[in-house]
Amino acid sequence: MSEVDLISDKSQVARINQPELVEELTTLNLGPTHPATHGIFQNILQMDGEKIVSGEQTIGYIHRAFEKIAERRPFYQITTLTDRMNYCSSPINNFGWHMTVEKLLGIEVPKRAQYIRVIMMELARIADHLICNGILGVDSGAFSGFLYLMEKREEIYEVYEEVCGARLTTNMGRIGGMERDLTSTAILKIRALLQSLPPVLKEFENLFNRNRIFMDRTINVGPISAERALSYGFTGPNLRAAGVDYDVRVMNPYSSYEDFEFDIPVGQSGDTYDRFMVRGEEMWQSLRIIEQALNNLPEGAYFADAPEYYLPPKKDVYTKMEALIYHFKIVMGEIDAPVGEVYHAVEGGNGELGFYLISDGGRAPYRLHFRRPSFIYYQAFPEMCKGTTISDAILIMSSLNVIAGELDA
Amino acid sequence: MLTNQEVAEQIAEKFEGSVSEFEQPYGLLTLTTSRENIIPLLSYLKEHPVYQVNFLTDITGVHYPHNAEREFAVVYHVHSLINNFRIRIKVFLSKEDVNIPSATGLYESANWMERETFDFFGILFGGHPNLVRILNVEEMDYHPMRKEYPLEDATREDKIDALFGR
Repeated sequence: MSEVDLISDKSQVARINQPELVEELTTLNLGPTHPATHGIFQNILQMDGEKIVSGEQTIGYIHRAFEKIAERRPFYQITTLTDRMNYCSSPINNFGWHMTVEKLLGIEVPKRAQYIRVIMMELARIADHLICNGILGVDSGAFSGFLYLMEKREEIYEVYEEVCGARLTTNMGRIGGMERDLTSTAILKIRALLQSLPPVLKEFENLFNRNRIFMDRTINVGPISAERALSYGFTGPNLRAAGVDYDVRVMNPYSSYEDFEFDIPVGQSGDTYDRFMVRGEEMWQSLRIIEQALNNLPEGAYFADAPEYYLPPKKDVYTKMEALIYHFKIVMGEIDAPVGEVYHAVEGGNGELGFYLISDGGRAPYRLHFRRPSFIYYQAFPEMCKGTTISDAILIMSSLNVIAGELDA
Repeated sequence: MLTNQEVAEQIAEKFEGSVSEFEQPYGLLTLTTSRENIIPLLSYLKEHPVYQVNFLTDITGVHYPHNAEREFAVVYHVHSLINNFRIRIKVFLSKEDVNIPSATGLYESANWMERETFDFFGILFGGHPNLVRILNVEEMDYHPMRKEYPLEDATREDKIDALFGR
């Protein structure tokens, strides 16, 4: 007899003396502001005793109409909107947007800028996965692992600060490259991180990977088959946990990802444990990529020769006529983009983050649509938690890493 | 490795007369079809033994208010993970008749994508299991991504484009 049957049998036994309660389902509101859901999600669950019979999500609590706002903004001002989508890995969103615009404009970014972008994007991926895996531990009752990891995320944020001046909503890079070169302090900090992160990750893995309680809580919890995952539009670590090795970095390499040697970890059953393990292994692969990029960092310019889109250096603005004109035109958003239609996808923290941009030749996009991975795969949540208990549903949601900002845009 | 040319030729042959406007902006095969043919086309691509376009990347809408009889476009991005080949399919609808069949029978993921398109553009997906608003409040009585709804308060005069030389 399976576990689910046992639970339902018990609930029948408990109701023997109250026949009118048999067949009656309880409606439970999980959220919108529940501390265990890490964000504003509402799930209306139909419960049979402790068993979830069906669920329905209500989303849109932090919808901010980014697509509409983007239709009024010059291209460089849209970067700040992308920050606020997946705020656990904002640099990936920023560079994804910059690369979309560069594709539209036909700008070739120098190798050095591409490598710096790769380093920052992989740091962001590590930060994203650290949070997801750490929180999964917290939700299953183990707090300390999360605290070990938080310290390292802080160090990643210090690198962000060194590179762009901000920590969470980074607005990193510019259309055409980076806004400044990688400083020696930043390089030192990344090198220090490459040294200090592996022991912490090891310690974290020792706490969790073969932990009996953790394995009992996560193995076979919320499994999804590869076929269903593809049908539901899963991408990123969640799809790879189900056994499909789709990774945008390998399939459609951007920003020189083809130069680096790394593996794509895949799972088998697509359950919570596999998602945890895939994310864990991806962090090691990200470290590999960062190390390669840092060791082979090419010399040269860190921005493309695109004066109409890339702000000129400040000292030129004060002394040269052209630089002053371009500075003014860029800041006032007076530069018209060419007519075109672009779809560009990057591998975000949660999967394929796509930007569909239609330009009609004006200063702002005619239409901009974000393909947000969380929005698309969160649909599968009711199916995945059907027949489980509330405490498992929390774990499933946590391991899917649904980010409210990305979900609602 | 599939090329745009060969896939386009195959589709044009199979759906003769109902697919048009083949383009490849930035290398992505783009074509236009009619609403009667969108579901047959998607399922043809999905079941094709070689192409195996098995992944629906995105569905979204675009509003072209000055495009007479073709005011709305529904844009599908599909992806063959096996061949690493992407196709963009567009269906144009007139503002008087914004009905289009739902793709939920082929892809589960179409559910919320279509709800989002309905929410923002008012496109009606026939056969959708639960076509209600998703990101906006239910009481809303308009579809905000349509171009007739300006982002800022239309009565304000301090922010008109003419003042900025646009």
